[in-house]
Amino acid sequence: MKNLNRRNFLKTAAAAGLAISALDSKTVKGADKTLSEDRIGMLIDTANCVGCRHCEWACRVAHNLPTNDLDTYSNTEVFKEYRRPDSHSLTVINEFENEKNPLLPIHVKTQCMHCERPACVSACIVGAFTKHPDGTVTWDTDKCIGCRYCMVACQFQIPTFDYDKAIDPQIRKCDLCFDRRKSGKVPACVDICPNEAIIYGKRSDLLKIAKDRIKRKPDVYIKHIYGEYEVGGTSVLYIAGKNFTELKMPPLGTNPAPGISESIQHGVFAYFVPPVTLYALLGLIMWITKRGKVDELKENNDIQEDEKGENS
Amino acid sequence: MNPAPIKHKFITPGVIILIVIALNGLVFLGLRFIYGLGAVTNLDNYTPWGLWIGVDVAAGVALAAGGFTSAALGHVIHREHYKAIVRPALLTAMLGYTFVAFAVFVDIGRFYYIWHPLIMWNGNSALFEVGICVMIYVSVLYIEFLPIVTERFIGKVKFPNLFKFINKPVDRLLRFLDKSLSKTMFIFIIAGVVLSTLHQSSLGTLMVIAGHKMHPLWQTPILPLLFLLSAVAVGFPMIIFESLLASFSFKMKPEIKILSGLGKMAAPLIGVYLAAKIGDLFIRESFKYIVIFDVPSWMFITEIAIMTRAFFMFLSKKTVNSPSRLFIASSLVIAGVLLNRINNFIIAYNPFNNPAMYYPSIGEISVTFGCIALLVIAYRAIVMIFPVISHEQT
Repeated sequence: MKNLNRRNFLKTAAAAGLAISALDSKTVKGADKTLSEDRIGMLIDTANCVGCRHCEWACRVAHNLPTNDLDTYSNTEVFKEYRRPDSHSLTVINEFENEKNPLLPIHVKTQCMHCERPACVSACIVGAFTKHPDGTVTWDTDKCIGCRYCMVACQFQIPTFDYDKAIDPQIRKCDLCFDRRKSGKVPACVDICPNEAIIYGKRSDLLKIAKDRIKRKPDVYIKHIYGEYEVGGTSVLYIAGKNFTELKMPPLGTNPAPGISESIQHGVFAYFVPPVTLYALLGLIMWITKRGKVDELKENNDIQEDEKGENS
Repeated sequence: MNPAPIKHKFITPGVIILIVIALNGLVFLGLRFIYGLGAVTNLDNYTPWGLWIGVDVAAGVALAAGGFTSAALGHVIHREHYKAIVRPALLTAMLGYTFVAFAVFVDIGRFYYIWHPLIMWNGNSALFEVGICVMIYVSVLYIEFLPIVTERFIGKVKFPNLFKFINKPVDRLLRFLDKSLSKTMFIFIIAGVVLSTLHQSSLGTLMVIAGHKMHPLWQTPILPLLFLLSAVAVGFPMIIFESLLASFSFKMKPEIKILSGLGKMAAPLIGVYLAAKIGDLFIRESFKYIVIFDVPSWMFITEIAIMTRAFFMFLSKKTVNSPSRLFIASSLVIAGVLLNRINNFIIAYNPFNNPAMYYPSIGEISVTFGCIALLVIAYRAIVMIFPVISHEQT
């Protein structure tokens, strides 16, 4: 049903104006150009994940977030409740029932998807988010004003905010260990994963690996790479043995989230032509109606003067 | 009959109640700036925007629309007959937008960076457009208000003894402003109307990017158009509402001639908005969500019912000529648009997996009511100092 809504929504969007859609295609091309052919990503193979949560620990250490000892992460009590990333954890693992093999529950890692056309980058009022040519989406603390529009815009509900701080609250989300990678290392979660459930590499290679795994083990995986086409594609890809909606991942169409809003925005502001035209039009109306009023006044005065003249 | 400061006792029991409400809001405001947003609000990572954005900002901007609709009526198409309402509407818009800007300052996590959008631009962002337009428009509103200040104080600048020496320079400044503004005011008036149409609509574009997180009853690519039309529709009813409230509070005779003229214009404007909204419902075939009868569907039904009732009230001659009926009809339109903004920003927004529905905290409600109380107190003070309201001199 969700998809149906979306289709109707898009149908109206298409009806909203051809001029607008023409502008839209331009912006899409512009955005694609900045992305490198060799852009990187992560493939998360939920069938290989055993839910050891070492990645959660490594992520906190890599991002200087407070954490307990690694030993405490073997506690599986946390799986009782569905968890989301927050301002202290940029990635979390959740456990889901596995109907095919009840002894081997499915574990799903959640973090920023690093969209190919990110809503946060488009929405941010000050441009604090950057989509790097290598595919990473990062956030800049020196720009952010804390308006939280990125959280409204994100289709995966990923950016989190420090609600407990009055001064210097941060928007936090996975940055694919942007700084760590500069020194030639791989992301902390990839590094620590004991089971190769997280594969790091070129997005195009990851897609090949994913397709290969699905082909080789059709009994293990469903035929769907989550992130290949969702919201125009994401840098993080998932394969799983179960429908992704049941793994609490939002069912999304293939159109990028910023598409419609940007086309409206650029339609209204096309080279400032519409606002300037409106200004000129209002000025013209103002001038005409005023002249009308002045003429009326003059006529009235003339009549009065004539009457005076006749009377005298 | 020219605008003149109103002579009335400032402190009344009603004003004392308003001061108490304002102080209560200030206490929670203090807590927000000491302990952060989490201490005062019910916001979380699922619901990043709540009452302050939905009501203080979005509804605030809509309800201040009387400023630009009356400016268009009085100054652009020169309906001299309505000049009497331009000043009160201007004051409402000026105070309303000040309140909106303050609400944004309170709501954003890094309030001390509120100036960032001035130099850090993102042309793709609807919020950037709203922010810049509102910033310029607030300045324009203050400029539009300046002639009222010069009118009041030219030749009457009297600072107490210690500051006597600045009397002359201030008077000269006022005269200079008066002279230069009287020739250039039309630039600002038109700019005000253009800026308003831009940001009133862009406020609707804001939620489009939320995509599937918005309930299909409200999520539509024509949201910007619906926001603009509803803002235009609520402009005159808001002026009627305030004018009647002021007449009641200051025990003056209501300006029924002007108000019924405005009332007659309200029906077609509401009609256009309703037609667009209902037409969109059918084009997107989203009417099927109305018959689910869950919370969003009831909220949508209420919103439409209130606006439709107001539409039919304004259609009848009986309403247009009676102050009490005009007051009820105008209140309905205001309630309808207020509810629409709450629905768009709070009810409709529901991320996948959201475990709990958002409802505002006592702190959020206190701050909102506190700000509204302050606004009313400021309005009262200004109309008693400056020549804003036209009334029979007693």
